[in-house]
Amino acid sequence: MIETIQLELNGTPTKLEIDPSTILMWALRNELGLTGTKFGCGLGFCGSCTILLDDEPVRSCMLAVSDAAGKKLTTIEGLAKNGELHPVQKAFIKNDAQQCGYCTPGMILNAVGLLLKNPEPSRKEVIEGMEENLCRCGTYGRIIESIQMAGIEMKGGVKI
Amino acid sequence: MKREDRITELLSKDMNNPWEMDRRDFMRKLGGGLIIAFAVSDMTLLGSCAAEADEKGGVNAYLKIGQDGRVTLFTGKIEMGQGPITSLPMMLADELDVNLESVDIIMGDTLLCPYDQGTYGSLSTRKYGQAMRAAAAEAKAILLKMAAAELSTNNSQLVPEQLQVIDGIVSLKTDNTRNISYADLTQGKEILETVTGKPSMKKASEMKVMGNSRLHVDAELKVTGQAKYSGDMKLPGMMFARIVRPPSLGAKMLSIDTSGAEAIEGVEIVEAGDMVAVIHESRDIADVAISKVKAEWEEETMEVDDKNIFDHLVKNGTEVRELKTKGSLDKGKENSTQNFSQEYHDPYIAHAPIENHTATAVFEGEKLKIWASCQTPYPTQEDVAEALGISKENVRMMQIFTGGGFGGKIYNPQATEVALLAQKTKKPIQLTWTREEEFMFDRLRPAATIIIESGLDADGKIAMWDYQLYAGGRRGATTFYDIPNQLTNQNNAPRNVTLHPFHTGAWRGPSNNTNTFARESHMELMAAAAGKDALQFRLDHLEKDEKMTKVLKAGAEKFGWTPAKGPSGRGYGIACGIDAGTYVAVFVEIDVDKASGHVQVRRAVVSQNMGLVVNPQGVIIQAEGCVIMGLGYTLTEEIEFENRKMLTRNFDTYEIPKFSWTPQIEVVLIDAQDDPPQGGGEPAIICMGGAVANAIFDATGARLYQQPLTPARILEALAKA
Repeated sequence: MIETIQLELNGTPTKLEIDPSTILMWALRNELGLTGTKFGCGLGFCGSCTILLDDEPVRSCMLAVSDAAGKKLTTIEGLAKNGELHPVQKAFIKNDAQQCGYCTPGMILNAVGLLLKNPEPSRKEVIEGMEENLCRCGTYGRIIESIQMAGIEMKGGVKI
Repeated sequence: MKREDRITELLSKDMNNPWEMDRRDFMRKLGGGLIIAFAVSDMTLLGSCAAEADEKGGVNAYLKIGQDGRVTLFTGKIEMGQGPITSLPMMLADELDVNLESVDIIMGDTLLCPYDQGTYGSLSTRKYGQAMRAAAAEAKAILLKMAAAELSTNNSQLVPEQLQVIDGIVSLKTDNTRNISYADLTQGKEILETVTGKPSMKKASEMKVMGNSRLHVDAELKVTGQAKYSGDMKLPGMMFARIVRPPSLGAKMLSIDTSGAEAIEGVEIVEAGDMVAVIHESRDIADVAISKVKAEWEEETMEVDDKNIFDHLVKNGTEVRELKTKGSLDKGKENSTQNFSQEYHDPYIAHAPIENHTATAVFEGEKLKIWASCQTPYPTQEDVAEALGISKENVRMMQIFTGGGFGGKIYNPQATEVALLAQKTKKPIQLTWTREEEFMFDRLRPAATIIIESGLDADGKIAMWDYQLYAGGRRGATTFYDIPNQLTNQNNAPRNVTLHPFHTGAWRGPSNNTNTFARESHMELMAAAAGKDALQFRLDHLEKDEKMTKVLKAGAEKFGWTPAKGPSGRGYGIACGIDAGTYVAVFVEIDVDKASGHVQVRRAVVSQNMGLVVNPQGVIIQAEGCVIMGLGYTLTEEIEFENRKMLTRNFDTYEIPKFSWTPQIEVVLIDAQDDPPQGGGEPAIICMGGAVANAIFDATGARLYQQPLTPARILEALAKA
């Protein structure tokens, strides 16, 4: 049952010797130690396990490791580049956009995916793009502001 | 026992505590320097909190000033998003006069920190924080005395009054070149001190840190995924557990067949206590294995469901407890020209933090270490020790970040479960409840029925108020409105009756959400009947209450309230209340789609008087969280069940607030910096149901008497209006 799965994990070509049917979220958390990817509902409803697969936000609790084969996978641990936080991360800090922080990695990755497709989203577009990521502490307003602020930096505007 | 002896005993207990550290080891672990243990139990400002601490040893806080000048606070409080990791050091730095950046905080580690009853009830700032400020003020006084001795010369004997402290450096007020740092003062010393009971805490005008906004210090850890929660622990040889669960609460297992699970390589079946569990080194395979276990159950029936529960609560509410009485209801009835009788319903709702109950446990010899997502490390330590039949000193709770609590993690059965499994298997175990387990074993907010009978006199003033509460809690039950004839009763089930089909407990702003919905709805019901503006009608009954009057007026001003008789068609609603010592009012503006029954809250203004505001930004964030989370119990959240079977299983059928619900939120804080701090994490949430229900009435003329205010109920009420 163990097979070799190759993928690009947080910028590094990686070979995994693993049962390809392993749920991607558990593989990231338990086999690879990337615990920033969180378990919340197990059925794709809450978004706390969101990662980027070829820059597309996906629910890792609904995928098998085999779904990531040959692809570029980004988790929250791989978002900062050369020691500098991603603009979305910086904007979250600046706006105090997290409370308990448990949904935060999934929120940030979903937002990065959104901004890659639409660098200048309106408030309405941010809401539509983020709607299925759940936060229980009630930080939505600050997350919306953070995403718009990060979008401005990402397209070469004001640095955060 | 004298205070000094109590402290010595407690400290010596801790020194000899788990891992058999002696006093020297403890000091070494802390890195030397000055350690101050503070007993604050006889301070009147502590109230019940003190009594609890006293019982457990009389020490509420340790402060350590290290040789490197860093100050460390050891506290039993925990961080679950509400911000004490930021605000407690702010309070400490201000009272000690050290730089905020030089303060470290160690939270909820039962080995290192003194006893604490738990992080709930908006107590961290208003009770514990005040005690800690007093402790810090006392520490400063001790340090000034030491500095006076150090800086004195044969020619000039100094007294503390001649000294000042800036960023941890003590110097003469008249000559700051004669100075010594806290670090140098405390080098190699150990001092144990007690608070005198008359601490001189700073006045608002003297504060340098408190009252100024600070970003949350844990933000970077959280946005990079480095913040560790209890399910993020990975230990060598660790196994993942799944527990065989009943189909409904209270069901008894008749038989079990684990052969299907046992056939899977690497699966172990563990029986411990009443539990049967499967464990495996892979969580995926544990999940598969649990699905192969077949069990037969005998289920309990209670013949209640989410529809008939409200009558069930009234029928069984036979034990009457009078909470408040004034004047005579009969006289009030005589004086009434208009009478009102209304029943209000509130269902069971879940805490539903995004992090489910989780724990990781490992035995090291006889010592058990547990990382648990919990609000109560010390009570949980006791629960675990009792369940395992081991001494409390052999259980160490290692608190890390908790992914939301809201009252739901006051009880932590997952910690006991994981500990029993670790004891039985002698292996490290991790247990993360599934979302289905989280709903089923949550201590839900209890359903409640409230019946209010009231009367208005010829002048449109409330002549009588009869408030009968069934099953709900008493927080927020008695009214603060000035009413000459009133009665408030709590009607509970006798002890031998199982009233609720599920476990119930404290849900953010416990019972005050329910009581405020009923009271504030009923107030506006009467205001409309009296032909009065909803704000003015409240103010007419608050003439002696300057504090609430000011909160309401400040909120109204920010909101742009103009007087009108309801329903005005504008979709404006108000609710106010008192929670955790804070006076709060919420004003909302909403749109109601009369075709679909959909409600959109466009904006909300929160006005509150909470005394001293330590971190204004932190307070505003808590109020925003209250508004958004409060919209959930107001508009959608409702547990569906039959008998003791939970039908709500995941977020597809239990809708919590989403991005698109987010209103524009403004927060007005009444300046009261010289008053003691009150609660901040809960108060604003209590007003959301009442404010939105009143706004629906104002928009449409339809009034709803049952939360949540769903589209179906709104359409039904519109048809009747």
